[in-house]
Amino acid sequence: MTDRLLEVRDLQTHFHTRAGVLKAVNGVSFTLERGEILGLVGESGSGKSVTGFSLIGLVDPPGRIAAGSSIRFDGQELVGLPQAQMRALRGKRIAMIFQDPAATLNPVLTIGQQMTMAVQAHGGGGEAAARALAARSLTRVGIPDAVARLDAYPHEFSGGMRQRVAIAIALLHEPELIIADEPTTALDVSIQAQILAEMKALAKDSGTALIWISHDLATVSSLADRVMVMYAGRIVERGAVADVLRAPIHPYTRGLLDSLPALATPGEKLAQIPGSTPSLLALPPGCPFAPRCPRASEACRTDPPLVGDAQHGALCHHPLEVVA
Amino acid sequence: MAAFWREYRESWIAVVALAVVLLVVAAALLAPWITPQDPYDLANLNLRDARRAPGFVGSGGYVHWLGTDAQGRDLFSAILYGLRISLQMGIAAGAVAMTLGATLGILAANAGGRIEQAIMRVVDLQLSFPAILLALVLVAVLGQGKVPLIIALVTAQYAYFARTAYGAATAERQKDYVEAARATPLPGHRVVVRHLLPNCLPPLIVVGTVQVANAISLEATLSFLGLGLPPTEPSLGMLIANGFQYMMSGRTWISVYPGIALIVLIVAINVVGDQLRDQFNPRLRR
Amino acid sequence: MTPILVAENVTRRFAPRLTLGDRIAAALGAKADRRAVQAVTDVSLAVRRGETLGLVGESGCGKSTLGRMLAGILPPTEGRVLLDGGAPMQGGHKTTTRIQTVFQDPFASLNPRMRIGETIAEGPVTHGLIPRRQAARFAGEWLSKVGLDPAYAARFPHQFSGGQRQRVAIARALAMRPEVLVCDEPVASLDVSIQAQILNLFLDLRRELGLTSLFISHDLAVVRHVSDRVAIMYLGRIVEMGEAAKVYAMPRHPYTQGLLDSVPKLALGGNASVTFRPIRGELPSPLSPPSGCAFHPRCPQATELCRRERPALVPRSDGTLVACHHA
Repeated sequence: MTDRLLEVRDLQTHFHTRAGVLKAVNGVSFTLERGEILGLVGESGSGKSVTGFSLIGLVDPPGRIAAGSSIRFDGQELVGLPQAQMRALRGKRIAMIFQDPAATLNPVLTIGQQMTMAVQAHGGGGEAAARALAARSLTRVGIPDAVARLDAYPHEFSGGMRQRVAIAIALLHEPELIIADEPTTALDVSIQAQILAEMKALAKDSGTALIWISHDLATVSSLADRVMVMYAGRIVERGAVADVLRAPIHPYTRGLLDSLPALATPGEKLAQIPGSTPSLLALPPGCPFAPRCPRASEACRTDPPLVGDAQHGALCHHPLEVVA
Repeated sequence: MAAFWREYRESWIAVVALAVVLLVVAAALLAPWITPQDPYDLANLNLRDARRAPGFVGSGGYVHWLGTDAQGRDLFSAILYGLRISLQMGIAAGAVAMTLGATLGILAANAGGRIEQAIMRVVDLQLSFPAILLALVLVAVLGQGKVPLIIALVTAQYAYFARTAYGAATAERQKDYVEAARATPLPGHRVVVRHLLPNCLPPLIVVGTVQVANAISLEATLSFLGLGLPPTEPSLGMLIANGFQYMMSGRTWISVYPGIALIVLIVAINVVGDQLRDQFNPRLRR
Repeated sequence: MTPILVAENVTRRFAPRLTLGDRIAAALGAKADRRAVQAVTDVSLAVRRGETLGLVGESGCGKSTLGRMLAGILPPTEGRVLLDGGAPMQGGHKTTTRIQTVFQDPFASLNPRMRIGETIAEGPVTHGLIPRRQAARFAGEWLSKVGLDPAYAARFPHQFSGGQRQRVAIARALAMRPEVLVCDEPVASLDVSIQAQILNLFLDLRRELGLTSLFISHDLAVVRHVSDRVAIMYLGRIVEMGEAAKVYAMPRHPYTQGLLDSVPKLALGGNASVTFRPIRGELPSPLSPPSGCAFHPRCPQATELCRRERPALVPRSDGTLVACHHA
């Protein structure tokens, strides 16, 4: 039993489309300790969601995890694992929460039915025991009157409540890892704040490791211990939240922070990153951010080196500040 | 356009079906030149050639590849001319039904309120009638001939187009670009013609393709029952009907070959229609 | 600064459309759900010439509906909207061109079967603002103005990214030379880096064209960045309205305070430094609003008075309007 919960090495997830090979995840490596909260930040097309799906084995054809990728969960290699064994893991030891609860909740079944099915899928005993477990889980996520609510249908819940139910389902078997893909993006600000508060408390209480995927740096920073910034399928910067936000090394991270109205003076022009994300079908050679980077040079046509250290590092030829 | 064709090519069945349809259309267009006999010209027919098996060399001196029917018509020629009629009827009826139905459907969706309810109730009522029943009644009232037949086919079919256009127009109307057009403001007719209509076309094209097949089938049914075109212009349905009495005596070719021709055409059109429907479906294009 | 766009006691109700089937069922004794949703209730505000008024709130607050009424796209059920003293709508249709809208979803707000050059020039040509033969050049000029290559005029919307489409939408709206621009969540579906580009474009064009605008968004930081004044909405009513700097620095209404507290802030001190202070409870359904002050079930300062009596929107010493008994 290794201490590291998750070790990802050179994860490559490619989509073989009619137009070519789309490298959604292009060489991602990271580790995750037990009970740690890791944030994965990126804009659309960065590959953050696909990374999450790759970890839990939900990449469908024409997507494929390329050979040479390695995902070790508690010492066990997940890449190439037979479907049956992956299914045994999914929901029991690794769970996922999606952006839209409609993806998790079946509209024609009651919450109780769905949760008991989830319990019994991993050998949870009889109907009554499963229902009791479901009710406990619902109470844990702050849904009042849990036993009665088990007989309600998803449409009888508000958006925030539905997401809580999705979280409750994820927690049913006390998984060691929860992957949350933008779970609060579609919710109102006030409800989002509630869920963030609850998720943080729950994760700490149960010792569950959490990978929180989001496009919002602020949300991630309030929740996560460490954060990874993704761009065009690669992790361009990683480190402790405070370090990355206060002293970003990578120009993209700096650009993201400068784009935020929250940090700018009202009425003043925001420091924008020019251009847009490159097509993943035709990535430029070397650093994918070079075409948009104010510090780019000829050197950036080769793959950028890792600068910094294990605590706070980035892939860049011209980093902003090299951490000693 | 090129991308559309590239995607279409991926289904070999659809490509084959399209080839069949094009082949039939070509054959039908060229019929007067490639057939050995004009089956409408009664002077050509020789009763001594009647009911002969395929491969028979007739009094005209040529081989009857598909045999002859009860009047001595070369079946190959009769089938090609019959296909000609089928396509004429099917496409004409389809085109008129599409124009009429789409206009009504888009009008209903755009007008709203009582007009919308009135038009769509009539359309719904019509859809609940079996098409064949409606066509039969109309042909009985209007008599035989090409024009009455087209009227009957159009009446039986416009409702499908109306419903499709209505559904598409209702969905499109709620989209922001229509609201943006109205908010400019742009005059109502311009919004309908330049914004709504072009975006309702894809489902209409799909329905149109299948409805042409349906019209062909309907016309054949009417002809089979003797209510279609006059006997001097035999369509495929009539050929099948004429040959029916000879099925038991072993002269099956008189009914079967026209039947096969009809089935092949209808199936081919349907397969093309299915492929179009799948391609027009908004989904992740991989 | 004189007001150019005014809403006077505007209310908007949405009643369910009963079909013939429903009516028959009702006649036979089945209960028809005739509950109307009151999306906006008794809102009065004035947008001054040259200013940007931000309209902010969560789902169900009515900001989009209010925006549509102010834009002349949707008629109010009660009250009226005045654009420079005149009505923007006549006979249920918008007749004025002096106010234009930029919509939220850049993927749905452009006609997928119309080239973007035509989309931009269509309005001006139809209204005689430019002669038809100059349409192509006109469209090209506007594309440049919003930061796109004029050669793109012949392309279709699906060939562009979300940010580029939103630029086209802005060009389309401004090509009509409006005096007022209503932006309904214009950056909500865009990535952060693209959002910054579009906000900058908006700031530039606003200054260059002397636009008055109404900026609707759920994103508090974005609204603060572009607005002179801001109005916070909750369940169809304005609960606080005033100069943006003042409202954000010193929010008076408990909902505004809670909202500003709820927005995740960049944890420059790491996640441990963050304490969450969310507003408790759920957003009420517009179908059954709470009695008295709509916010009272969730308000930490609520009293019996709040449950009984709805507070009026009254100005405070610094000019900010607040609807609260205890603020």
